[in-house]
Amino acid sequence: MTAYLKLDHIDKVFTRGAATTEVLKDINLTIEEGEYVSIIGHSGCGKSTLLNIIAGLTRATTGGVLLENREVNSPGPDRAVVFQNHSLLPWLTVYENVKLGVDKVFAKTKSRAERDAWVMHNLSLVQMAHARDKRPSEISGGMKQRVGIARALAMEPKVLLLDEPFGALDALTRAHLQDSVMALHQKLGNTILMITHDVDEAVLLSDRIVMMTNGPSARIGEVLDVPLARPRKRLELATNAAYLKCRQRVLEFLYERHRFVEAA
Amino acid sequence: MNMTATKIEVETATPAATAAPVVALMPKRPPRTEAYARMVRETAVRVIPPLVVIALLTLIWELVCRRAGSALPPPSKVFKDTKELILDPFFDNGGIDKGLFWHLSASLQRVAFGYSLSAIAGIALGVLVGQSVWAMRGLDPLFQVLRTIPPLAWLPLSLAAFRDGQPSAIFVIFITSIWPIIINTAVGIRNIPQDYRNVAAVVQLNPLEFFAKIMIPAAAPYIFTGLRIGIGLSWLAIVAAEMLIGGVGIGFFIWDAWNSSHISEIILALFYVGIIGFVLDRLIAGLGKVVTRGTAQN
Repeated sequence: MTAYLKLDHIDKVFTRGAATTEVLKDINLTIEEGEYVSIIGHSGCGKSTLLNIIAGLTRATTGGVLLENREVNSPGPDRAVVFQNHSLLPWLTVYENVKLGVDKVFAKTKSRAERDAWVMHNLSLVQMAHARDKRPSEISGGMKQRVGIARALAMEPKVLLLDEPFGALDALTRAHLQDSVMALHQKLGNTILMITHDVDEAVLLSDRIVMMTNGPSARIGEVLDVPLARPRKRLELATNAAYLKCRQRVLEFLYERHRFVEAA
Repeated sequence: MNMTATKIEVETATPAATAAPVVALMPKRPPRTEAYARMVRETAVRVIPPLVVIALLTLIWELVCRRAGSALPPPSKVFKDTKELILDPFFDNGGIDKGLFWHLSASLQRVAFGYSLSAIAGIALGVLVGQSVWAMRGLDPLFQVLRTIPPLAWLPLSLAAFRDGQPSAIFVIFITSIWPIIINTAVGIRNIPQDYRNVAAVVQLNPLEFFAKIMIPAAAPYIFTGLRIGIGLSWLAIVAAEMLIGGVGIGFFIWDAWNSSHISEIILALFYVGIIGFVLDRLIAGLGKVVTRGTAQN
């Protein structure tokens, strides 16, 4: 197994004054190139912290992240993030939001015209080319998230990090966007790491599902392979035995063995 | 059954389609006059009440000040006394005997200069204090004390330092208007959402790009609040400062009129000061509205 992205013995301790909280404990994970991996767990289990560590936005207390065998500990466009609340800059148009990253990443390697074409290409990938001159406040939540995905894709990341990307969307928009992401993954072959708390979403999209125990000191409880052929069709899977079995496994993990404890 | 149903639909749809353009063409004219009428109505609603109040107040003023021995002139006398000043604001007889336009423009120039300096320095210091915890700890207490010093209290000190009226007046404007700009900018910078900082980090903007592309647009609504308070304060300060430093300027014009007992001229000058202060405030507010178009909506 080629270790494309490797999380090596990651611990994370938050210190506030004298009080310390251990959030993550001994996280080890290897992800192959082109793989789609989901991390699922109850809220507060530290999965967002883990994603921030991979993105370089937070430093691990011990351990580290290796991308193609090189340690990464500061943020960079090779690990582009799609944030939960889209995080588009409201004073820029859709086009300018995507261009912000493109101008930085391809400043030396692409001409102005090429960068422009590349921005439009990525907006087309998420079917948002028509809204290039709109501001974020003028488009819907689902559209904003599409632009967020285009912005991340346009940086040609080695790993695409999705932080609960569909969490703030209504169910129909979410399903639509999940299909889009699946199609993009199929087409571009990106390596994707997604944080989610939605069991169906995890099973539908992922090659592997990483289930995390409850915090504090959250660990990886179990890793489940999803043996479903791609391309996957939402409707066909609804009655697929393998799909249902995977779903069952995740549900059991989350609601029987590691039930959310209110007091924690 | 099905066939007939669709057929009926088609039949009813066709006449509607041909009728539609006729209907659409017709109302094109009336709405325009209607829109004008509505605009007139809306303007009237806004303009008439203040006009009525002004007319009433002028009437009361006239009645109160009309009787003999009144200390202040009634509006009719003010108008009669200052008619020349109103009609010819551009005369220049040398020295300080100039039309009101020259006095006002001298004051506005001082304000423009002092205010521009304070806007630049204020935003820069505000960014520093907003961005760095240590700068805030060191500078904020200082700012909180200095900002309570009344504008005119700075004047003797600046006269001693600059030994000239002009730079002293500009300094007073600067030091008066800088505090709200610093404080509001700092609050704006501190309130930049972590999300935007994360975006900048992932894209790897350098500090200069971060400043221009994230910080300033994100904090713009706050910065403009500070700028708006600042312009008001600097206009307050200049009139007071000019009374003391003399020379050409609306402040000294008022003081000079008082010394010559030209009460009507004082009243006219106050009227102009008020109007210009109002226009300056609107100018900055309008500029802010244009600049923060995107940010404020979110």
